[in-house]
This record gives sequence, structure tokens and C-alpha cells, in this order.
Amino acid sequence: MTAITAALPAEAPAAKRLPGYLAVWAFILAEMLLFAMLFASYAFARVDNVEMFNLYQQTLDRNAGAINTLLLVTGSWFVVLAVQAAHRDDSRAASRHIAFGFLCGGGFLAVKVFEYATKFGEGIFFSTSTFYRFYFSLTFFHFMHVILGMVVLAILWVKTRQGAYGSHDAHGLESGAVYWHMVDLLWIVLFPLVYVMR
Amino acid sequence: MITFFLNPANRAWLVLLVATGATWWLGEVGAAGTGAILAMLAIAFIKGRLVILDFMELQGAPLMWRLLLEGWLILVGGLILLAYWISLK
Repeated sequence: MTAITAALPAEAPAAKRLPGYLAVWAFILAEMLLFAMLFASYAFARVDNVEMFNLYQQTLDRNAGAINTLLLVTGSWFVVLAVQAAHRDDSRAASRHIAFGFLCGGGFLAVKVFEYATKFGEGIFFSTSTFYRFYFSLTFFHFMHVILGMVVLAILWVKTRQGAYGSHDAHGLESGAVYWHMVDLLWIVLFPLVYVMR
Repeated sequence: MITFFLNPANRAWLVLLVATGATWWLGEVGAAGTGAILAMLAIAFIKGRLVILDFMELQGAPLMWRLLLEGWLILVGGLILLAYWISLK
């Protein structure tokens, strides 16, 4: 045993660990499977309606979709920095980064509301066509997830300000962070699929 | 400046910004067909992997969790590719 320990390099890598709580990961996997089915439904529904999907896709605001990707990616980045700050026992930096992440989520919602309002203004609704039924249901379901993610971030913001997380324990913060990253991950597939691929 | 790049999360963020621009550009030029779809799926795969490994911090997680999440990316990308391939026939 001593021989093995001595043979290890001076800085042995830390033991492999899963950030956050196991139950949260189970919930996240279930959500991701649900979205996988929705994405596949869109892709296979398109097979029988290629021309219609391509035609209506051109009416979508691709710039808004791209800006929203940038907002979610940046929001995710702030939340990673918050987790890293918590591990350094810097609660002030952690809460500040969570606030920035929350603002990015707010920006996403604002762009999406603008996008929906424009569509409604043009007389386009859920029932207009199969394409729009998919567009509205997929994006709105994701929209709800952004809202839930922001509720989680708001709770984490309050708790980091109270200094609840640190090098001793950051499981709660990590769990919320992983959920927020999932919201980002889903949009990374949704944006090209619905707005760009033709 | 150098310390900024030492943090994998910072590097991932920069690549994600550039990759998002690439997908947007493919849309602007109206790229279509097998090559374009493969390019878009490849970009989405790279982006998804960065989120999984550097943001969700599964780089240092037990292999099973990495496989579950990366497997999800492959599953979703594979189904989308299959549907597009059928539609091109």
C-alpha cells in the first residue's frame, strides 16, 4: 500500500465526483429525454412537409434566436464562475455572478416576448400551421424552463448572499447550476433545428 | 489576460460565442443540403460537449454520467440526421 502511494505523482488528480445532488441529475435526465422526443418529433414531422417547413422557417427571426443563444451561453458562463467562486469561499463574487446569470435569463425572456409579439402582430398563432404548432410548443416549453431556471437562480442568489455555500459544501449551488446549464444545452440543439436547418 | 485562458470555463465560453456566430452565418447564407446539416450538427455537438464537460463540470465526473449526457447529444443528433436523410431521398 505504501509502495503504491509513493508511486503516485505528487499531485494526484482529485477523485472523480458528480457535482450536485443525484436526484437533480435524475430529474435533468428525464427532462432531456422529453426534449429529445420533442426534437425528434419535429424532425420527423418535417419529413412529410419539407417545403412547408422550409417556407415558414424563413419567417422566423434568426437574429433573435442567435442573440438568445449568446444570452444563454453567457448566462451559463456566469453561473460556472459563481460555482468556482463558491469553491474559493468567495460568496460575494458568487452572488454577483449569479445575478449576472439571472439578468441574461431576463434578456432571453425579453427577446422571446418581442419575437412572440411580432408573430401575433402578423396574425401568426399556434394553429396557423403544423410548423408554427411545433415552433410555438417547442419554444414555449423551453421558455417555461428558462423561467424555472431563473426562479432557481433567484433562490441561489439569496442563499449565496447568506454565505450558504463554500468549499465545505456547494451541492445545492451546483445542483441549481447544472439545471441552468441544461436549459442552455437544450437551446443549443433547438436553435439550429428550428431556426436554421433546412 | 493569460490567467483568463487558464480557466476552462472561459475558453468554453469564447468557443461557444464563435460557434453560435457560425450557425447564425450558415442560416444567413441559406445553407441547405447534407453538407450544411452535417456542419450544423457538428457545431451543435461541439457546443453541447463544451457545456457538458466545462460548464456542468462532468469532465471530472464518473464515466457513466459523461456517457449518459454525451450519449444524449449523439442520440438527438443521430435522430435529426436520420430524419433529414430520409427527407432528402
